[in-house]
Amino acid sequence: MLKSVGRYFLFLGSLFKNRESFKTYVSLFFDECVKVGTNSIFLIATVSIFMGAVTTIQTAFNLVSPLIPKYVIAIVVRDMVLLELSPTIIAIIFAGKVGSNIAGELGTMRITEQIDALEVMGLNSSSYLVLPKVLATVFMFPALVVTSAFLCILGGYLAVSFTDVITPAEYTQGIRYQLNEFMVIFAMIKAVTFAFLVSTISSFMGYYTKGGALEVGKASTSAVTNSVIAILLADYLLAQLLAEYLISF
Amino acid sequence: MIELNNIQKSFGEVTILKGINATFKPGLVNMIIGASGTGKSVLLKCMVGLEQPTVGSVMYNQRDFSHSTRKEQIDIRKDIGMLFQGAALFDSKTVEENVRFPLDILTNQPLDEKLDKVNQVLDRVGLTNTNGKMPSELSGGMKKRVGIARAIVNNSKYLFCDEPNSGLDPQTSITIDNLIKEITQEYNITTIVVSHDMNSVMEIGDYIMFMHQGLKLWEGSSDEILDSEVDEFNDFVFANNLMRSLKKLRK
Repeated sequence: MLKSVGRYFLFLGSLFKNRESFKTYVSLFFDECVKVGTNSIFLIATVSIFMGAVTTIQTAFNLVSPLIPKYVIAIVVRDMVLLELSPTIIAIIFAGKVGSNIAGELGTMRITEQIDALEVMGLNSSSYLVLPKVLATVFMFPALVVTSAFLCILGGYLAVSFTDVITPAEYTQGIRYQLNEFMVIFAMIKAVTFAFLVSTISSFMGYYTKGGALEVGKASTSAVTNSVIAILLADYLLAQLLAEYLISF
Repeated sequence: MIELNNIQKSFGEVTILKGINATFKPGLVNMIIGASGTGKSVLLKCMVGLEQPTVGSVMYNQRDFSHSTRKEQIDIRKDIGMLFQGAALFDSKTVEENVRFPLDILTNQPLDEKLDKVNQVLDRVGLTNTNGKMPSELSGGMKKRVGIARAIVNNSKYLFCDEPNSGLDPQTSITIDNLIKEITQEYNITTIVVSHDMNSVMEIGDYIMFMHQGLKLWEGSSDEILDSEVDEFNDFVFANNLMRSLKKLRK
């Protein structure tokens, strides 16, 4: 375990050592942005709309006291979406889709000697293959989180429009009510951290695959499992570190 | 010319290569043969820099590759082309992009010039008008040809081939063998082929080096194979009926 953590940090170091020219990374970066970001929009959008709708309905059924104004339901939904659902749950889904894809791609490249071919040509294969993926993920995932947060809130709006748990006007009032702007910053900090963890852990698992097709499958599974654990751990640590700022902001 | 000076390679306690010395000359097809697990592929990896020898050095035209800086290594690598066992074509790139890749990475040539060169080498390996095809659309033999084209597109001085015939039918194997031989002579390349296919050895091998348990046990030309008196080498060479018949005929 400790050895793997050490290797992971050495791997991170190798991404920035003996880099290729800036020009080399530009087109790779944009290709990865499409793969990582654009190709994930449909899944993220679907999950977000339903997540927002379900959260709204379930919160409404649990906050039934006449002493609590109805718009509080929307405040709870908004805060949950910004603090947890959009950054964390979407990161876990993202790890399943993009993390397994990265590990599978690099693992296949390793076992079919494509990585060796790059090395023979004199490229730093880890930097050439992984750095654009990490940069693209760190760049695109926050955008996905923003999209997800918007769609979650929209999902909640659609849910209240089709049911009579609260009125759309009350929902809108709650969404607008005393927004703590640090929540958005908090969500972005989480998004960048989770994106870095998912991309680097998945790349690490894929890059060091040994064996055949079975091992590529195992690498993909490990990439998702380890990414999810790292996300949850980082989520807890960030909550500990930043909750204080959230209250005082 | 490539010289191997006392190449030793260990992985932990296990020693794979136990001091290999050899000289591979340009314009010749140099073949490294031996049974599975004798260290042929490890030796090849040491030569192209995928593994670092524990002891010894690999010299490319008097330049020490094993102990040079990364910048010097990259300089030498520009002259190296390699055909991998499974061709190792990049799945996400077309044939043209695969072949153009070393030019994109290692040179600053304008696109037109690069495309001309790509078309020229694709013609040379008999794959005209396949530029837009993806590796998944190619047969095993075609993939190997694209691999050869990619290996020579940058005017490589050294061509390394790891089991170029594996997974190919006998007829395609002969085609690939002949292509390697022709290209070696045409461009005066130092070619090193790792193989255990005796048909290839007899067909194209100019210099043959036999490895057994991490040691070089025999070296010579294909004509000298039948006269060898090294038992381990004879066990390997005459394991198939064809070679035994050849020896009988010779006698």
